[in-house]
Amino acid sequence: MAQNTREIRRRIRSVQSTQKITSAMEMVAAAKLRRAQERVVTARPYTAKLHEVLERLFRSDTDFEHPFIEVSEEGKVGYVVISGDSGLAGGYNVNILRFAQRHVDSHDENAAIIALGRKGRDYFRYRGYPLLQEYINIGDLPTYIQAVALAEELTKLYHEGTLREVNLVYNKFITPLRQDPVKIQLLPIAASVDRREGEEEEVEYIFEPSPAGVLDELLPKYVNIEIYQALLEAKASEHGARMTAMGSATDNAEEIIDKLNLSYNRARQTAITTEISEIVGGAEALQGS
Amino acid sequence: MAEKVLTMEVVTPERHVLTTDTNGIVVPAHEGYLGVLYNHAPLVTILDTGILRYSLDGKVERMAVCGGFMEVDENKIIILADTAELAEEIDVARAMDSKRRAEDRLRQMGEKVDEARAQASLQRAIARIKASGKE
Repeated sequence: MAQNTREIRRRIRSVQSTQKITSAMEMVAAAKLRRAQERVVTARPYTAKLHEVLERLFRSDTDFEHPFIEVSEEGKVGYVVISGDSGLAGGYNVNILRFAQRHVDSHDENAAIIALGRKGRDYFRYRGYPLLQEYINIGDLPTYIQAVALAEELTKLYHEGTLREVNLVYNKFITPLRQDPVKIQLLPIAASVDRREGEEEEVEYIFEPSPAGVLDELLPKYVNIEIYQALLEAKASEHGARMTAMGSATDNAEEIIDKLNLSYNRARQTAITTEISEIVGGAEALQGS
Repeated sequence: MAEKVLTMEVVTPERHVLTTDTNGIVVPAHEGYLGVLYNHAPLVTILDTGILRYSLDGKVERMAVCGGFMEVDENKIIILADTAELAEEIDVARAMDSKRRAEDRLRQMGEKVDEARAQASLQRAIARIKASGKE
């Protein structure tokens, strides 16, 4: 019996130390989430306004010409898959990667994958998908500079004709408890913005210095911002998912500890009872003689 | 006068800076300062670094903007700037510092100095100092 109680005590200690780790991770994720969430929320108005402006521009009766708008037939369909660098975030990585894989599979050989984050890279590499490019160690708070650097790479691939389409696949941050996988088309732009045909009347804009000049400034900015937003959304989602996953892990650990405590006490009780009955039995035997 | 108001919204990637009614604004457009008054024609323009002035009921407010662009349509002005600071938010001491640094860098031209970058940061600093109204 003594053997048994010691065994249970050891298991309790082991679960407790796991619980310490998960609850620490939960708190770290919560702190990171707060920062990431703030950034997402503050960046959203700008992105929304930029969308609005672009949409109205494309609806106006000006003819635009820009490499970012033209639809090309050459090259592959690129998917930029944003995943996390580390696991222990519940379904975060698996969800987005399965979602991405479905999209990639629908294009057969014509898809190209650009993996952001270690989990995504490993996932596709393990399954034998060729990776066009990979980036790991994005960091916990993606910067605008990182987004711009990535945008440069992507637009280069697009200009060269390696890719005829660039899509971003990431988890959109809804609440800390909820992330939705989304796919948005980054390039060519017209198709993504012009999708909703408005009934509003066309507006004739004056362009300073010229329509081309404005587009040269505006479209690259749109690409940068879109990537930046995607990085922020993905990171906030990741921290949210990790917080929730670690929170429930901590709760589960608590439950296991409770159960173990119960069986520990029961085993201890049994041990004591046996001991007493042995003593009583022994004493009675002595008296009888 | 009172009914001739436009609404202006200033947004940067980092934050929503300001939404306000205004009687007219002057912005640092690509080809010099440009005024927008009530019933302005639809316009899209690139912005430079400089001071944005907006008036409401005779009071003129200033802010420093840097880069980005502006859309005007149906008396709604949307300014998407790279950075924007209201006059009272500007850290003048810091702006002065960066102005001095930029000037230094420009003076020691010839060595590996990125002139465009130094110029840009000089412009930004000057705009901030001017917008703050403490020259």
